[in-house]
Amino acid sequence: MNLHEYQAKQLFAEYGLPVSTGIAVDNGPDAKAAAEKIGGDKWVVKAQVHAGGRGKAGGVRLVDSPAEAQAFAEEWLGKNLVTYQTDANGQPVSKILVESCTDIAQELYLGAVVDRSTRRVVFMASTEGGVEIEKVAEETPEKILKATIDPLTGAQPFQGRDLAFRLGLNANQVKQFTHLFLGLAKLFEDFDLALLEINPLVITDEGNLHCLDGKINIDSNALYRQPKLREMHDPSQEDAREAHAAEWELNYVALDGNIGCMVNGAGLAMGTMDIVQLHGGSPANFLDVGGGATKERVTEAFKIILSDSNVKAVLVNIFGGIVRCDLIAEGIIGAVDEVGVAVPVVVRLEGNNAELGRKVLGDSGFNIIAATSLTDAAEKVVAAAGGAA
Amino acid sequence: MSILIDKNTKVICQGFTGAQGTFHSEQAIEYGTQMVGGVTPGKGGQTHLGLPVFNTVAEAFAATQADASVIYVPAPFCKDSILEAAEAGIKLIVCITEGIPTLDMLVAKERCNQLGVRLIGPNCPGVITPGECKIGIMPGHIHLPGKVGIVSRSGTLTYEAVKQTTDFGYGQSSCVGIGGDPIPGSNFIDILAMFQADPQTEAIVMIGEIGGTAEEEAAAYIKANVTKPVVAYIAGVTAPPGKRMGHAGAIISGGKGTADDKFAALQDAGVKTVRSLAEIGNGLKELTGWS
Repeated sequence: MNLHEYQAKQLFAEYGLPVSTGIAVDNGPDAKAAAEKIGGDKWVVKAQVHAGGRGKAGGVRLVDSPAEAQAFAEEWLGKNLVTYQTDANGQPVSKILVESCTDIAQELYLGAVVDRSTRRVVFMASTEGGVEIEKVAEETPEKILKATIDPLTGAQPFQGRDLAFRLGLNANQVKQFTHLFLGLAKLFEDFDLALLEINPLVITDEGNLHCLDGKINIDSNALYRQPKLREMHDPSQEDAREAHAAEWELNYVALDGNIGCMVNGAGLAMGTMDIVQLHGGSPANFLDVGGGATKERVTEAFKIILSDSNVKAVLVNIFGGIVRCDLIAEGIIGAVDEVGVAVPVVVRLEGNNAELGRKVLGDSGFNIIAATSLTDAAEKVVAAAGGAA
Repeated sequence: MSILIDKNTKVICQGFTGAQGTFHSEQAIEYGTQMVGGVTPGKGGQTHLGLPVFNTVAEAFAATQADASVIYVPAPFCKDSILEAAEAGIKLIVCITEGIPTLDMLVAKERCNQLGVRLIGPNCPGVITPGECKIGIMPGHIHLPGKVGIVSRSGTLTYEAVKQTTDFGYGQSSCVGIGGDPIPGSNFIDILAMFQADPQTEAIVMIGEIGGTAEEEAAAYIKANVTKPVVAYIAGVTAPPGKRMGHAGAIISGGKGTADDKFAALQDAGVKTVRSLAEIGNGLKELTGWS
């Protein structure tokens, strides 16, 4: 789960980390009032979406009057912001962050992520802050400084000092950076983060460190113990069908093909999409029904798949494991009956009692085609959807 | 020979009296696994499935000298369960549970390393040495004792590979599901090293998926250390790139992690890759020349 910038900065502020005075608003007049309340003669107004690249996409503006802040808010609220990190539809803007303006002498980068390779939380810092940081990492990896956090001892002040000195900061800034580093490390652990990024972390004209942006991604497995973060969840930033599927513990991702896929297991679901494509078809979705392919879940999965009007045929691929395939077959038939599935459904069942399962499907009287193997299933569903593209 | 487990492996179950623990322990006993007891705090002294129940892993270990523990407890309690087993002296821990917070796994894995404990999973089907010992949730009946070692990040994809190697008559030495989580207790390299050293294993099937760089790292390891034939399949060629947020993920992975990157790295290491998951058995046949 992602947080908005204004939410991330709220957490930073609670941890005593330097952020601008800012107010998040959801309408034009409030944007004007926010600018007036913050005071000064320059403000930054920022569209709040779960994606980077907002500046280049026009979602961030420097304004000279509260009226301009209002105009910006009215321009963006209710619209979608498309950046190079979003899909073609972009992300809806439902909040605008109005902030005091900060004078920038230098832009740094500071990020932290769980690194799978080293099995550590790794902090990354660079003097080359800004939007080109990935290019910096690729072309001049030595400019990305790293500190790895031991999971048993946690972040230590010396690690912060080490990064700060290598960034070339002065004595006062080293103190500020170490404070920031330790605060962020604590925040990372306290809130079960998966990713944390401040880009840019700026040095102001006065020489102080300041968090100009904030991106936070939370480990969704840990949300059960993060009630405060659960309240920050913004469902408008997620695909409605995916969110609906998640309520049924179904993992669904919409794609743009015409063959609906329903599979147990994420790996097998991807493998099934791949084999459909290998046989000239185009998958309409990724859908993992999980371990217990019960009638209720299969029914809900059919409803979700068929809510996509592009779907011309559905491939159900279940490796039964310990669950008996004839029971799964009965669940599939019940679901097809209840949902009133009109498109052809190709089913490949494997595992315990697979033959009996195929027989149950074949005798059902519904438009269900029982496949004998995975390749057979892929060929049949591609044909049922109107042939290879 | 086999890897990790065999007919002499004594196994306890944490979360023994729960629904999952009960169901899969019954299946394991039926398969012939030497289950020697289980742990459910507060139910010590009882008997379940004809086996003793203990309050703590330390008590269970003292009484049974178990070699391995399989964990079916709910995700919020898994870090505690893994650490309990590791501190008690269990040398092989297989954690089936999915949904464990990543930061919990960082700590659990680090402590297991310090104590010299082998951790498999979480979020995995488990480990099986066909005909001898089954620890986990995989369907035993699709397996056949034999000569192919299988290691996989995905549960149901493992079953596909197992079924094909059984249908071809090759069978499996051992099959290890390392799990799909960002921080697995064991990675491909750990298991590849064991298969390379195991005389019963004549060829290896490796099944990966998009995300992370575990397959690329495994490819480098294979190139330098593995002389046995390896067939690999990577799931997720058609998976769309996820919506991104920020740059930190891309910086740390160095832009690697797509299925094509992984296929390329494995091919460069001399691994036979198959683009269809239905071709794993055929791939083995072509690579090894087995009939």
